[in-house]
Amino acid sequence: MTALRKLSFDAVVIGGGGAGMRASLQMAQSGFKTACLTKVFPTRSHTVSAQGGITCAIASADPNDDWRWHMYDTVKGSDYIGDQDAIEYMCSVGPEAVFELEHMGLPFSRFENGRIYQRPFGGQSKDFGHGGQAARTCAAADRTGHALLHTLFQNNVKHDTTFLNEWFAVDLVRNQDGVVVGVIAIEIETGEVVFVESKATVLATGGAGRIYASTTNAHINTGDGIGMALRAGYPMQDMEMWQFHPTGIYGAGTLVTEGCRGEGGYLINKDGERFMERYAPNAKDLAGRDVVARSMMTEILEGRGCGEQGDHVFLKLDHLGKDILHSRLPGITELSKTFAHVDPVSAPIPVVPTCHYMMGGLPTNIHGQAIMQVDGEDQVIPGLYACGEAACVSVHGANRLGGNSLLDLVVFGRAAGLFIEEQLQQGIEYRAASEDDVDRAMGRLNALDTNENGEDTATLKRELQNCMQNYFGVFRDGEFMKKGRDELTGLGERIANLSITDKSKAFNTARMEALELQNLFEVAESTAISADERTESRGAHSRRDFPVRDDATWLCHSLYDPTTKSLSKRGVNFTPKTVETFEPKERTY
Amino acid sequence: MVTNVLNYGRSGVHDWVMQRFSALVLAAYTLVMVGWLVLNGSDLTFSQWQGFMSQTWVRIFTLLAILSLAGHAWIGLWTVATDYLKKGAVRVAFLGAVAISLFVYVVWGISILWGF
Amino acid sequence: MLVSVYRYNPETDREPYMQNVDVSLPEGKDLMVLDVLNLIKEKDQSLSYRRSCREGVCGSDGMNMNGKNGLACITPVSEVVKNGKLVVRPLPGLPVVRDLVVDMAIFYKQYQRVKPYLQNSSPASGRERLQSPEERAKLDGLYECILCACCSTSCPSFWWNPEKFVGPAGLLQAYRFLADSRDEATDERLSELDDPFSVFRCRGIMNCVSVCPKGLNPTKAIGHIRDMLLSRAT
Repeated sequence: MTALRKLSFDAVVIGGGGAGMRASLQMAQSGFKTACLTKVFPTRSHTVSAQGGITCAIASADPNDDWRWHMYDTVKGSDYIGDQDAIEYMCSVGPEAVFELEHMGLPFSRFENGRIYQRPFGGQSKDFGHGGQAARTCAAADRTGHALLHTLFQNNVKHDTTFLNEWFAVDLVRNQDGVVVGVIAIEIETGEVVFVESKATVLATGGAGRIYASTTNAHINTGDGIGMALRAGYPMQDMEMWQFHPTGIYGAGTLVTEGCRGEGGYLINKDGERFMERYAPNAKDLAGRDVVARSMMTEILEGRGCGEQGDHVFLKLDHLGKDILHSRLPGITELSKTFAHVDPVSAPIPVVPTCHYMMGGLPTNIHGQAIMQVDGEDQVIPGLYACGEAACVSVHGANRLGGNSLLDLVVFGRAAGLFIEEQLQQGIEYRAASEDDVDRAMGRLNALDTNENGEDTATLKRELQNCMQNYFGVFRDGEFMKKGRDELTGLGERIANLSITDKSKAFNTARMEALELQNLFEVAESTAISADERTESRGAHSRRDFPVRDDATWLCHSLYDPTTKSLSKRGVNFTPKTVETFEPKERTY
Repeated sequence: MVTNVLNYGRSGVHDWVMQRFSALVLAAYTLVMVGWLVLNGSDLTFSQWQGFMSQTWVRIFTLLAILSLAGHAWIGLWTVATDYLKKGAVRVAFLGAVAISLFVYVVWGISILWGF
Repeated sequence: MLVSVYRYNPETDREPYMQNVDVSLPEGKDLMVLDVLNLIKEKDQSLSYRRSCREGVCGSDGMNMNGKNGLACITPVSEVVKNGKLVVRPLPGLPVVRDLVVDMAIFYKQYQRVKPYLQNSSPASGRERLQSPEERAKLDGLYECILCACCSTSCPSFWWNPEKFVGPAGLLQAYRFLADSRDEATDERLSELDDPFSVFRCRGIMNCVSVCPKGLNPTKAIGHIRDMLLSRAT
């Protein structure tokens, strides 16, 4: 084995999306040698696709708005397995983080008085659920993610962050003491493999929606960070919790923002009935996403779906008028024309619940430090951090509210940055990785490059995605999931053994896709086992065989252990620092 | 940052304004000349032509037009050269030739107008 | 359908070539060009191209389809195919790394040159800076750029002087900050653009406008910058 080229940094952030770039910006500002390592040019990250906005109690639409109300909504939305200390932190620090973004130049839409425009989103209320619908989602038209991601990139440029653009992280490197000391990465353009050494390694690799056949997620959302952590033996939390967004465009899977319903749009079945009035009499179309998605599926399954196959419903927007659509939802109008061949000004958009967001991930504390459990006790994994969708801090619990993902990104990207900055100032010492440590991390890549007789990526990926779609979708059932798990066991061996015919170095996307598929499999397997083992229905996890929430047994996080492929439980935090605990109660909208 | 040693003007704005101003002069000059020719062109004699051209305002106007043409051509050809002639030596040689030609034309024009 | 794809692998090919591939398209469905490339890649994994969001917002898959730049993911085959043939080439004017992947370094460099970030040294209040809806409306048509490079790589002036002419994408960003009521660096920004190349190499060809997949108008923005430079000089 020839020695690899080594690059050394104080901190390396893996992932150039919202969370990653917010973290790298924080550290670059403090002058530490920081790298942001990303497999696509930063502005191609999936944050760019976020549309509706960033939910935060900045008290613009309503001067009396209170972050505690936002906290209440978020706890309720999480179906009570969101950690209340983390939610408290996110909702209270949120306004500061959002104002920072504005100061960086983010082009928010505005109210007449010049303040940031806020629109209503699902699951939002005033006065702890007693004051009716709130409008708390700060927006830049319907391109908030784009505006946010570009603003963060621009400010990283301003502060001279080192970008390792189009570098693919393969696996974590740990020293003999179990400290994460960096990653093995491929410089995609040249194919060179490099050991990127770092005192702090931050996983900001985003979600893995591509485990499903139908998803709003970009092709690049393959759970690379989750895969790396699982292979290193670290646990994953709440991996059964996958959000299906109510309004993915039928057939294409591309997202139509919840902001459409926030602006006054609503869903109709084949009889033209506004069916959400039956399922959620108060919030109607702005109930939690899990509730709306299930209601839609119920309509479809009971024969009230639209179209020849009766397999979707319609999102009606035409009554809003051309002016509102063009000023508030211009991107949607464009997407709808391109992918549904429908102009929402005159006709409704065909939509169907589509895999959108991974609530689970690598468990962390509010500083972004990754956590594992030893003998039932939380223990920090030295050197490893996570933020954004890859992390499970957990502010979303069993169901995320719309607009909370962008807030999660900036608040916890920033928090991780601040904490690492402090750690670096105090000084971090660890033993350097030995050649054996590096070789161990190279194992998977070496196997892929030498394997000759395995199957190809495209076929295996399709099988994996179909399996997840069929057995682990909106509605789940123990019997079906057993079948799914069996299929996955077979797929696991085949995917571990896959091979590539193209072994060239320069910009080899075949190698990358193979490595990504292995990551997807890690995510899928942890999802399947967690989903099968959690014998209740909560938030996005809905089982026909266990249709009710079971607080006596399952008011807790699930923790998947990759070394034994088994599930254990981890306590939910119910002790916020400055407010009273929000006690679990029945969740209705 | 930008190598504009051979540039005529101080700045992009200056060049841009010069180019438009000289174009206006040339357009006006063309109109006057064509207009005069249309009015007197059917049986024009050399002495009529000489008489027209020897008026002071026509001489001054013509000089202005010649200078404008030289300026306009310089900026234009400098632009063309920096677009298409990528080899430094070739570009310098070309622009040198342009400069000398334009200088000769200007001097020749003055000598025709005022004689010396 | 016959698809002709530009192929070049620096490790094995001495020079680039066009590869003809016969792709069978599913009935009754108008695929996007990116879907077609994905079908080809399923058979021949060595084909390289960039892609991410597949909905026209990330700007990864800018390429040249039957002679016109655009995003493969939102370009329906029916819109570009000519005589039953689809010709796919990398964006023109940039070095090819491999197949449809181009080296965009110079494009990004020109973007960074215009200091594409808000400059405001006044101390910020504890809240947001105020901006009226009218002031904010001036940023519409500017901030939406996705850096796909379709415009700059269709611009002859950028082909001839990529090192000196900022190009339509960069200039659109330059104007996005010049037009922002919150930005205080107008004069510095204009000073850095006031040379014969950066802005003034725009010859109003308007290829940028015709190819922009987001429907933006860089030529108009460049016109605004020129007007600002002119009124500053007089």
